[in-house]
Amino acid sequence: MSAAEGRIWEELRHIADPEIPAISLVDLGVIGAVSVADGRARVELLPTFVGCPAVEMMRQQIGERIGALGVAEQVEVNIVFSPPWTSERITAAGRESLRRSGFAPPHVGPSVPSPASGLDELAVLPIAECPYCGSHDTTLDNPFGPTLCRAIYHCASCNQPFEQMKRV
Amino acid sequence: MSDLQPALAQALAELLLATADDEFVIGFWDSEWTGIAPMIEEDVATSSIAQDEIGHARALYEMLATLTDADADAIAFGRESDAYRHASLLNHPCRDWAFSVARRYLYETADAVRLAALAGSAHEPLAQLAAKMRREETYHLLHVDAWLRRLAEGAPDGRQRLAAALSELWPDAQDVFAPLAGEAALVAERVLPESMPALRAAWLSRVRPILEPIAGALPDVAPSPNGRTRRTEDFAWLHGEFTLVARSQAGATW
Repeated sequence: MSAAEGRIWEELRHIADPEIPAISLVDLGVIGAVSVADGRARVELLPTFVGCPAVEMMRQQIGERIGALGVAEQVEVNIVFSPPWTSERITAAGRESLRRSGFAPPHVGPSVPSPASGLDELAVLPIAECPYCGSHDTTLDNPFGPTLCRAIYHCASCNQPFEQMKRV
Repeated sequence: MSDLQPALAQALAELLLATADDEFVIGFWDSEWTGIAPMIEEDVATSSIAQDEIGHARALYEMLATLTDADADAIAFGRESDAYRHASLLNHPCRDWAFSVARRYLYETADAVRLAALAGSAHEPLAQLAAKMRREETYHLLHVDAWLRRLAEGAPDGRQRLAAALSELWPDAQDVFAPLAGEAALVAERVLPESMPALRAAWLSRVRPILEPIAGALPDVAPSPNGRTRRTEDFAWLHGEFTLVARSQAGATW
């Protein structure tokens, strides 16, 4: 990694997710490759969801903040789907940031096999740890929450509703 | 993308337009439930699913715009209603909740079979996008599968409405797999790794065992030759709704 690329990564660590400001874009895992060549900085942005309306805000912020660093004459932010963003890309620090701001991080673990319905293999399991009391006695109220990437749970131990960042 | 032969590029454009229009139109129908779904949880869920579908349509329209050197918004909002290429299954209005669940079950399962094939497309950008979309569609399948069971195993009124809707929509559901212009070239070059008839066979073997206990025997009907060009008054109304802003403020941005 060149010095210029190192400075870009450092700056990206300080750009917050527009929807969950407690977590940085780097910890969220939405930054792919970063490169600087011939006066042009290129940053790959991996949307959490294809239809995420915050992607344009992220793209704009990255462009402005990296542009202000002065490490390249031009900044290109490209939206890519390869590799796809998956919830496994959230860093350990990112999972902790989510917890501290009241969001359960996505469940990680093996996928379950196809259910009896014959529908698609499910990459999702309704499992979440309450971010308030740490209990696993929680139930999924709605896999669709206030944004595309969030689900709504209820904790039976502390009687608190909470959100989980969805596993995809 | 200029590395594609013109005939193949043309066929790919047809495939992208058909798929994008399916996602776009089901997204706008689903959004009709925003504020009036049977319960608040469903209001949130249906709106979220609609947003996903329109997001998928946007990504597909952008891929098509790159391929044909056009503007994605112009493709999405700038066409007359008879120029849309969605399957006839998506011509119908939401009607009632059971009808919407029946339609979404038929569409989501067909879309899942199509997306699984597209994830193996030789056209790399399409394969990547389809792989990403599949992860999100898993939630749609879970959701509609839960509703299908809930209505099928619930009170007689819901079960009867569901059964009637499945039977009524069954012929039009075949049209998700209606033949595409240039399909042979797409299959030969593995841009579409399986033909529409092969995809339809895979879909039928998956949904029949689930739907027939609910709706009774479902006839073997072939997709209609005009399955992606036939338009209805209901769709003309929806088209008027979703193009309203674009028509009243040409070129507006926000």
